[in-house]
Amino acid sequence: MRPDFFDRHSRLDSPIHRLPASVKLAAALVMVLGLVMVTAERWPAFVVAGVLLLGVAVASRIPPGFLVKRLLWLEPFVLGVAFLALFQPDGGRVFAVLVTRSTLCLFTMILLSSTTPFADLLDVLRRVRVPALLITTLALMYRYLFVLVAEAERMRRARASRTFTSRRAQLWKSLGTVIGQLFVRSTERAERIYAAMCARGWR
Amino acid sequence: MHIPDGFLDGKTIAATGALAAGGVAVALRQVRRQLPPRKVPLLGLAAAFIFAAQMLNFPVAGGTSGHLVGGVLAAVLLGPGAAVVVLTAVLIVQCFLFADGGVTALGANIFNMGVVGGVGGYAIYRVVRRVFTGTRGLVMAAAFAAWCATALSAISCAGQLAFSGTVVWSVAFPAMVNVHLLIGLGEALITALVIVAIARARPALLAATPEEDTSLGYEPVLLFGLLISLGLALFVAPFASSWPDGLEKVAERLGFAEHAADPVLGAPIPDYAVPGISTAGMATALAGLIGTVVVFGLAFVLARVLVPKSAPETS
Repeated sequence: MRPDFFDRHSRLDSPIHRLPASVKLAAALVMVLGLVMVTAERWPAFVVAGVLLLGVAVASRIPPGFLVKRLLWLEPFVLGVAFLALFQPDGGRVFAVLVTRSTLCLFTMILLSSTTPFADLLDVLRRVRVPALLITTLALMYRYLFVLVAEAERMRRARASRTFTSRRAQLWKSLGTVIGQLFVRSTERAERIYAAMCARGWR
Repeated sequence: MHIPDGFLDGKTIAATGALAAGGVAVALRQVRRQLPPRKVPLLGLAAAFIFAAQMLNFPVAGGTSGHLVGGVLAAVLLGPGAAVVVLTAVLIVQCFLFADGGVTALGANIFNMGVVGGVGGYAIYRVVRRVFTGTRGLVMAAAFAAWCATALSAISCAGQLAFSGTVVWSVAFPAMVNVHLLIGLGEALITALVIVAIARARPALLAATPEEDTSLGYEPVLLFGLLISLGLALFVAPFASSWPDGLEKVAERLGFAEHAADPVLGAPIPDYAVPGISTAGMATALAGLIGTVVVFGLAFVLARVLVPKSAPETS
């Protein structure tokens, strides 16, 4: 996986990208809440929302293939939960409504994350008084997320290239070691980061 | 177990949002009071660590794969308050950056996996730890708590789906719980293996945590306990008393009793052939109870196998 796969297009230039992050976040929240409140009888609202979202997608100039790929990648999670709804009275209709509604919500959130850099979203959260400790945690997490994912992938590859077994017990054991090592390295990295932060006048 | 948008209704969104906000507030207060400043970056790194660990899939039977949730792992390594903060950060990033788990379901997901899974699992861990000491006790308690936390989160999740009127309880409860009784086995095994690996590579990391956490005052314990019981009372209690009737009705109408039995294959009780109990809901509850005893025994054996007798004591 490429490290920037998920918000690769968040720094493009388009009328949508130029909107303030707070406006986009508020609009996405209103859209999702609205979709959640719409009942099955008022289904035309789903069509209106779909058209609106497609308009935004076109205006944002994000490659359509990327959006479709993201949507398909997440759809199994929706179908998995919606699947349960089939086993109850009138399940087919409930299933259809759930899948439509959730897919539109997913599309909204994918558009938000592909038109707004995560750092801008964090800035909005800070302005609405989300506690500073949580913001610091989120900012550091976002910064080191891809570093750690790449590190884990590297350790796994190194391990795979040196062992010739594909026995399941061995796989589990090596996964445990990789994750354990990852934690040890994360704590060491955290200590170095703390020293660097202090050196630059943090607190 | 990430609930997407669109599966919870207004009242559930409000209730879970309030419960999660309360839980995160209590956790932040506790962390701010107890965590030394030099450990603040560790929260962010631990969140990135849990995220990266969740991306590593492990093979499960039949070509499918699962991944770690890490609530109990984070709680054992960092303490329950920090675990809630870390899992909240993971869920927020997954929601806003990856669209995995809905915004309106963020409260529910934080409550299920962070508060119920993390803090509830940690409580179980502490109880077991009181009886079983040493490295073996640590590994066993963590494995058992990880399994329990997975099951508890699934029960809470099923309750929210039923409370929203999305999926009836008599379907949601057996399906969610039976699947997660199995997934929990993977979670328990991986949690144990990771803790054994850390104990071998850097025992000091495990030894440092208990002494910092014993000072977890009565106030957070009380508040967390209150929040969890409130959530369970709201989402689970109304259904727990009425499940046999509702299920019988649905089973009669659709004849799905056989379908519902599918996911239970290989669970502690492979079919519902428990004498005298005919409904999936009751049988699931009973399977859960028997499973708890069996997993407790398995965790005990696992710890004996994984940790050699001469292992250095960590706490």
